[in-house]
Amino acid sequence: MTMIGTATPRRKVQWSLLDLAVVIYALVPVLWIVSLSFKTKETLNDGNFIPRSWTLQSYIDIFQTTEFLRALVNSIGIALISTLIAVVIGTMAAYAVARLEFPGKRLLIGVSLLVAMFPQVSLVSPLFEIERALGLFDTWPGLILPYVTFGLPLAIYTLSAFFKEIPWELEKAAKMDGATPAQAFRRVIAPLAAPGVFTTAILVFILTWNDFLFAISLTSTEASRTVPAALSFFTGASQFEDPTGTISAAAVVITIPIIVFVLFFQRRIVAGLTSGAVKG
Amino acid sequence: MTAEVGTTAPAAGTEQPPGKRALSEGKRAERKLAFWLCAPAAIVMLAVTAWPIIYSIWLSLQRYDLRFPAETEFVGLENYITVLSSPYWWTSFGVTVFLTAISVAIEFVLGFALALIMHRTIVARGLIRTVALIPYGIVTVVAAFSWRYAFTPDTGYLAQLIAPDSALLTERLPAFSIIIVAEVWKTTPFMALLLMAGLALVPDDLLKAASVDGAGPWKRFIKVIVPVMKPAILVAVLFRMLDAFRIFDNIFVLTQGAQQTGSVSVSTYNNLIKGLNLGIGSTMSVLIFITVAIIAFIFVKGFGTAAPGSDDGGKR
Repeated sequence: MTMIGTATPRRKVQWSLLDLAVVIYALVPVLWIVSLSFKTKETLNDGNFIPRSWTLQSYIDIFQTTEFLRALVNSIGIALISTLIAVVIGTMAAYAVARLEFPGKRLLIGVSLLVAMFPQVSLVSPLFEIERALGLFDTWPGLILPYVTFGLPLAIYTLSAFFKEIPWELEKAAKMDGATPAQAFRRVIAPLAAPGVFTTAILVFILTWNDFLFAISLTSTEASRTVPAALSFFTGASQFEDPTGTISAAAVVITIPIIVFVLFFQRRIVAGLTSGAVKG
Repeated sequence: MTAEVGTTAPAAGTEQPPGKRALSEGKRAERKLAFWLCAPAAIVMLAVTAWPIIYSIWLSLQRYDLRFPAETEFVGLENYITVLSSPYWWTSFGVTVFLTAISVAIEFVLGFALALIMHRTIVARGLIRTVALIPYGIVTVVAAFSWRYAFTPDTGYLAQLIAPDSALLTERLPAFSIIIVAEVWKTTPFMALLLMAGLALVPDDLLKAASVDGAGPWKRFIKVIVPVMKPAILVAVLFRMLDAFRIFDNIFVLTQGAQQTGSVSVSTYNNLIKGLNLGIGSTMSVLIFITVAIIAFIFVKGFGTAAPGSDDGGKR
């Protein structure tokens, strides 16, 4: 890696400074919203980056409203179900793409690519109308459907790249050693495929968790509104209060899962994001 | 490759005369399996994208306002004439193109720098890659609120720092800059990751050889790194361009499209939810779809095999 020059102390300092710039770049906006969420009502508008007095009041407030709790349940439920469905049917398709020869393969890859690039807003008007007719408007399935759809290309691309790397000969070897096909799959292939499937699940979850456009246009009540959509309807503890503190607290709450994923699975996320796009 | 060798070898070895037939039957079974495995994914994707877009074309040919459902009728291309002759549409179209061009350009430069740092740093590489993923993962709306509050007079640290006496988000040009900052912040890491994957493909030997031949860092970058990375660059820029063209969340939270800062997505949304005019909304949907299709087509045509999806064999 160190192709020119070595790790002299001076170079180390230079790189540390660059690293520091990256850390500041990535964290400042996040820390700012965290700071806002801990400020007291009196100091909320003082413009200080670090709160002068700290309080948990905003968090207590949001967890006492059904508005936020309901949205949180919706977000978690819808994201988990969408991820599960997208990963299961994505795995099936990706297995076919990676392992089997069949005529429609390029077509399937082409369709996935088109869907990945599809302007979601083009679907807002027709889906609004279709879902109203089908009674799916403002329901969980009404959001799960588009989420699965846009999660699928990501799942197929990432998983087929992972599946191409698996040494499938091992399956045969296990069978020769007397394992049944089910055993061979469970003991040999499943453990090899699991990391890829898991990574894909994280990526699809992040995609779904993030969505705002569908969440805001295909819902109208608390029944299915997810947190990102609910945030823009937030008021304070009372109708006339400035919602800055509560919005910030809610924003921090929905950021926690993302931070956890990133901290624990950084390597996998990077591998997953890049495998589909470059090796494709 | 490996799969073919594995399946054909034993079949050919066991029976000689009907070997060919067994093979084709195996092939047929394989196709059948592949078909069943792909069917659910294909059906879902087509049902939720192709069907609505076709339905959208149909809706766009009607006068269809949800407030006046009785007046619904087929009007041909009238909606297209209405939209295409409206300054409102062209403003938001111009805004979208402008925001896309500027943010992708900045993201490319910053993303390349970030990719180089992530790829080459000799200090805390894992930490840097982890930290850089945070903007990618964070919910766009959350980040947008952070930027909004940062630039809100009195409340925000940046508002006090930059312009203590004016509300930046209510003036057009400053609002654009803030939208671009929010967009660039959020998506640069994604660009950087794609570019970093390309950087990993640049052979070290090549760089060494270039440096022995007396090429300085800049020359190595332009003459060696960039040409080798061309496919990765194209993929990254294309993905980001199409993605940037859909910009919605940041604008919605930052300005709600006020002071003519709305993108085509924001206009379409406003038209549907506030105007409840499905005919016009669908017309905009179709126009956006066509625009995106044209951008993608130009890229794929212009750059041929370098386009994503054209290399399905994992040849790299």
